[in-house]
Amino acid sequence: MTPLAGYLILSAMLFAIGLAGALTRRNAIIVLIGIELMLNAANLNFIAFWRFSEHPEALTGILFVIFSIGVAAAEAAVGLALIISIYRHYKTTNVDEVNLLKG
Amino acid sequence: MTPPFAVIAVLTIAAAVAAMTLRNLVHSALAIAVAFIGLAATYLQLNAQFVGLTQILVYVGAVAILIVFAILLTRGGEAPEKSVFSLSWIWGVLVTLAVFATLVWAIKHSFVVERETSVTAPEANVQQIGQALMTRFVLPLEVIGLLLTAALVGAVIIAMKEESVKAKIEDGRSKMDEPANPSSILHPPSSRGGQR
Repeated sequence: MTPLAGYLILSAMLFAIGLAGALTRRNAIIVLIGIELMLNAANLNFIAFWRFSEHPEALTGILFVIFSIGVAAAEAAVGLALIISIYRHYKTTNVDEVNLLKG
Repeated sequence: MTPPFAVIAVLTIAAAVAAMTLRNLVHSALAIAVAFIGLAATYLQLNAQFVGLTQILVYVGAVAILIVFAILLTRGGEAPEKSVFSLSWIWGVLVTLAVFATLVWAIKHSFVVERETSVTAPEANVQQIGQALMTRFVLPLEVIGLLLTAALVGAVIIAMKEESVKAKIEDGRSKMDEPANPSSILHPPSSRGGQR
C-alpha cells in the first residue's frame, strides 16, 4: 500500500504544475486550466486524508470533495464565459494585453 | 509505493506538464482530460469509487468539453507564432518553486505521514453518501444547488451581454435616425458637396 506521503507529494507536484501554468502562460484559457488543476490537487489531498484518517466512516473528506467539484464546475462556467466576453471586446485572450478594467 | 500508483502518478504528472507546456490549445485540452482521468484512477485506488466516477463525469465529461468550446469560440485553435509564455514568466517560476519547496518541507516534517492505513478498507457506498447528504450535509447541498443555478445564469448573461447591448443601441439609433435627420430624405447628398 502506498503511504500517505506518496499521495501528498503527487498532489503537491500537480499543484505546482498548475500554479506554474497559471502564472507563466499568456493565454487566459490555459490560466483557467491551471486553476482547475490546482483545485484537483486539493481534492486529491482531501481524499488521501480521508482514506488514512482514524474515522473514515464520517465521510467528511468525500463530501467535501463532492461540494468542491460542484464549486469548480461553477467556476469553470463563469470563467470561460468571462474569457469569451473579453475575447469579444479585445479580440485577444492574451492576459498580457488585457490590462484595463475599463474597456 | 506500489507499481499501479507509480504508473498512474507518472501518467498524471506527464499529462499535466503537457497541458501546461504545449503550444496548441486543443492539445492542451486533451492532455488535461488525460490528467483528470489519472486523478480519477487515483481516487478509485483510494477506495473512493463515487468520487472517482463523479470526477470522470464532471471533469472529463463537462469541464473538458467546455474548455474545448471556449478554445474554438475564441479562435485559439491555431498555435501562436510568438512565445506562449508571459513576459514575467521568471517570477512565476520562482514563486512556483518556492511554493513547491514549502509544500514538500511541510509534508516531510509532518507527523501524519507516518500513519498507516487501516487494514479494512473504509466503506463509502452511494447509500451512505446519499444519507449523509440528506441529513448532516443538507444545508451545503442546498447552497451548492443555489450556487450552480446562479453561476449558470450568470455565465449565460456574461457571455451574451455585449452583443445584445450593441444590438439595442443600434436598434435605437436606426429608429432615431429617421425623424432626427429628415434632410437625408429631402436632399440626397450630391457628389459636388454643395450641401455641406
